[in-house]
Amino acid sequence: MSKPKVGVFGFAGCGGCQLEILNLEEQLVDFIKAVDIVNFTEAITEHSDTYEIALIEGSVSTNHDLEKLEHISKIAKIIIAVGACACTGGLNCLKNLYGLEKAKELVYGDKKDWIDAIETKPIDAYVKVDYYARGCPPTRSEIVDIVKSLIVGKKPEIPNYPVCIECKRLGNTCLYEYGLSCFGPVARAGCNARCPSSKSGCEACRGYIDQPNINAQKDLLSRYGLTVEDIMEGFNLYNACKNNVLKK
Amino acid sequence: MAENVNIEVSPISRVEGHGDLVLDIKNRKIEKLQFRIPEAPRFFEAMLVGKKYDQPSHITSRICGICSVAHTFASIKATEDALKVKLNDLILKLRRIVNIGEYIQSNCLHVYFLAAPDFLGVGSVIPLIETHPDVVNIAINMKKIANDIVRITAGRAVHPITTIVGGFTKLPTEQDLLNIKNMLNSLYPDLEISLKVLKSLKLPKFERETEYISISNNYEYALYDGDLKSSDGWVIKPINYLDKIKEKVVEHSTGKHCWANRDSYMVGALSRVNNNYEMLSDRAKQYAEELGLKVPCYNTFMINIAQFIEIVHCVDDGIRLIDEILNEGLKEDKALVEVKPKAGRGVGIVEAPRGTLIHDYTYDKSGKITKVNLIIPTNMNYANVEKDLEAYIPSIIDKSEDEIRFHSEMLIRAYDPCISCSTHFLNVKLINK
Ligand code: SF4
Ligand code: SF4
Ligand code: SF4
Repeated sequence: MSKPKVGVFGFAGCGGCQLEILNLEEQLVDFIKAVDIVNFTEAITEHSDTYEIALIEGSVSTNHDLEKLEHISKIAKIIIAVGACACTGGLNCLKNLYGLEKAKELVYGDKKDWIDAIETKPIDAYVKVDYYARGCPPTRSEIVDIVKSLIVGKKPEIPNYPVCIECKRLGNTCLYEYGLSCFGPVARAGCNARCPSSKSGCEACRGYIDQPNINAQKDLLSRYGLTVEDIMEGFNLYNACKNNVLKK
Repeated sequence: MAENVNIEVSPISRVEGHGDLVLDIKNRKIEKLQFRIPEAPRFFEAMLVGKKYDQPSHITSRICGICSVAHTFASIKATEDALKVKLNDLILKLRRIVNIGEYIQSNCLHVYFLAAPDFLGVGSVIPLIETHPDVVNIAINMKKIANDIVRITAGRAVHPITTIVGGFTKLPTEQDLLNIKNMLNSLYPDLEISLKVLKSLKLPKFERETEYISISNNYEYALYDGDLKSSDGWVIKPINYLDKIKEKVVEHSTGKHCWANRDSYMVGALSRVNNNYEMLSDRAKQYAEELGLKVPCYNTFMINIAQFIEIVHCVDDGIRLIDEILNEGLKEDKALVEVKPKAGRGVGIVEAPRGTLIHDYTYDKSGKITKVNLIIPTNMNYANVEKDLEAYIPSIIDKSEDEIRFHSEMLIRAYDPCISCSTHFLNVKLINK
C-alpha cells in the first residue's frame, strides 16, 4: 500500500489515543507524510468518505456510534482498534457492571430518557477488527509500527507474552515484594512494563495474553496470601467487558 | 449576505464530529441557536460508586486524555480532603511540576495545533508544515518537552501513573529535575519567536462582559489549589461550591449547563488571568502587555493569548519550583504519606487548562465511594458559549454563510473545549432560504 488514505475516528473514549498520535513529536511530520490523513476529528477540519485504513478509538456506547461504526466498516479495508476502549471496551464497561438504566438515572435523573446510551461494547462486538493497538493509551510506537508495517506489506508483530517478562528483563523488583498487587503474569506485554517500572501495579490495560497462565497468577497471589477476587477489581478497570477469563 | 441562514447538522449522514451548532437565522434575526455536544455519555459517576479510594484517580483520568493530570489531581485532592490526608511540601511541589507539564502540553496543543490554523486561515496544522515550518517546529519541540516533563515526573505523558492518593509511587531523581530545568530554559527563545508571530495576528474584536470564575489564592498563580473566586466579587471555600455553582440537564445536550451569579459564566485561561493577573510571573505580565491583554479583558478570542501567557508563566514557575526542591533535597521517604480509610465527604478543585474542575466524593468508613459529583469545565462554559454566539453573530450577519460558520466555529474553539469535542466539528448542512 503506497501512501494509504487514513481516517482517524473517535467513539466513547477520552481522546487520549488520538492525542498520542498528535504526540508523535519528531515522528509526527514523517507519519503525516507517509500516509494521507483524510479524517482526524481531533486535528483537521477536512473529512472524506474515501479511506483504506480506519484507526478507531473508543468503544461503542450509543446507537449513533453503532451507525457510524457500520458506515466506516463499509468503507475501510483495514480496521485498527486503537486503545483499550476500542479493543476491550476499556473503562467504559464499568458502567455496564453498574447497570445501564441505573447509571442513566444516577447521572441524568428524571431527564434520563433524553440520553442515547446502550451497553458499552468493544468495536469487535460489531465489526471485524484487523489489528489491535492495545493499552490505555497504547504506546505511540505501536500505533506507528502497525501502520508502517501495513505500508510495507508486513504483518505487525504484537507480543503475546506477559508483562512479567518485560518487567524482569528490566531488572525491576517484583511489586509483590512491596506488598502491592500486579497483573503482570497474565497481562499482555508491549508497554515495556510501564506501570511496574513506576512502582505501580499493572492493571492489564492491554488486555490479557491469548493463553493466560492463570495458574501462574493464582500461584503468585496465593504465595502472598491473596485471591483472584482480591485483585479482580483492578483487572476490571479495563476488562470488565471480558472479565470471565480469570474466574475459570 | 445572509438574510436567512439555517445551519444544522444532519445526524445520520454525519460520520465525523462530536459537537454541533444549530443556527437558524430568519430576516437577519436569530430564531434558534443551540450549541450541543452529542458526546457519548460515559457515566463516570456510576463507574466510581463502590470503588476503593486508590482507584478513582486512575478512572477519572480517563475522562479526558488532554486533561488527565487535572482530573487525576482533582480526584486525588477530593479523596485526600475526605480522608483528611496530611501531605508534605515535597509532594505538593512535585505535583505542581506535573501540573505545569500538562499546562504546557495542553496550552501548546491548543494555541499552536488547533487555534493557529484558524488565525492563519487554514484547516489544520498539516498545511502549516509547508507554509510556517518555524511555527510547527516550535510547536512540536514544546509539545515534546511538555510531554517529557509529565512522563518523567508522572510515569507517562498521557494518564499519569505515579501520582496517587498520599503522594508518589516513585520520585524523579535530582538529575531528572535538572534535565527538566534545562528543557524549560531552552524554551525561552521559542517563546520570543512565538511572541512575534502572535503579535502579528489580528484577532477578531468581540467583547461581552460575563462572570469570570477560577480558583485563587494569595501565594501563587492558582492552578493546583485555592478558593473559588468570581469577578462578581464572591469567594468561597471549595467544600461549599454548591452554594454558588448550579447545574441543570438541558434537552439538546448530554453535557449539563451551569450558572452562578448570572445566567452564564466563563472558566479557563481568560478567567484565570482576569482574576489572578497580579500573581503571574514578571515575564508573563510583560508578554501580556506586549500582546495587548489588559485586565479585565472581555474579548473571548483573547483566551488563546491568555493561554500563551500561561505557558510563559509555567516555564518561569517550573524553574522556580525545581530550584526550591533541589535546595530542600529529594528524600525518598517523603514520597508517600500514610492514608487510612475514613467516612466523609471531600471536594477537590483544580484549574484544568480549559477551566475550573470539581470532583466531589463521599466515602463510607471502609474507604469506598458512595456518592460522586463531577463538574467539568466544558460544561461550565456551555451556556456562556451560547450567550457569546447570540451576541457575536449579529455583528457578522452580513458576511457569507461560510464566513458565519467559520467565525462561529472559531469562537467555540477559542474556549478550548475538551479535546474530544474541541475541533472542527461542524459538518453542517446549510440551507439558505
Ligand atoms: S483507551 Fe484509554 S487513552 Fe484511549 S480513549 Fe480509551 S480511555 Fe482514552
Ligand atoms: S508481577 Fe508485576 S511487578 Fe512482579 S514481575 Fe510481574 S510484572 Fe513485574
Ligand atoms: S503495565 Fe499493565 S497497566 Fe501498565 S501500561 Fe502495561 S499493560 Fe497497561
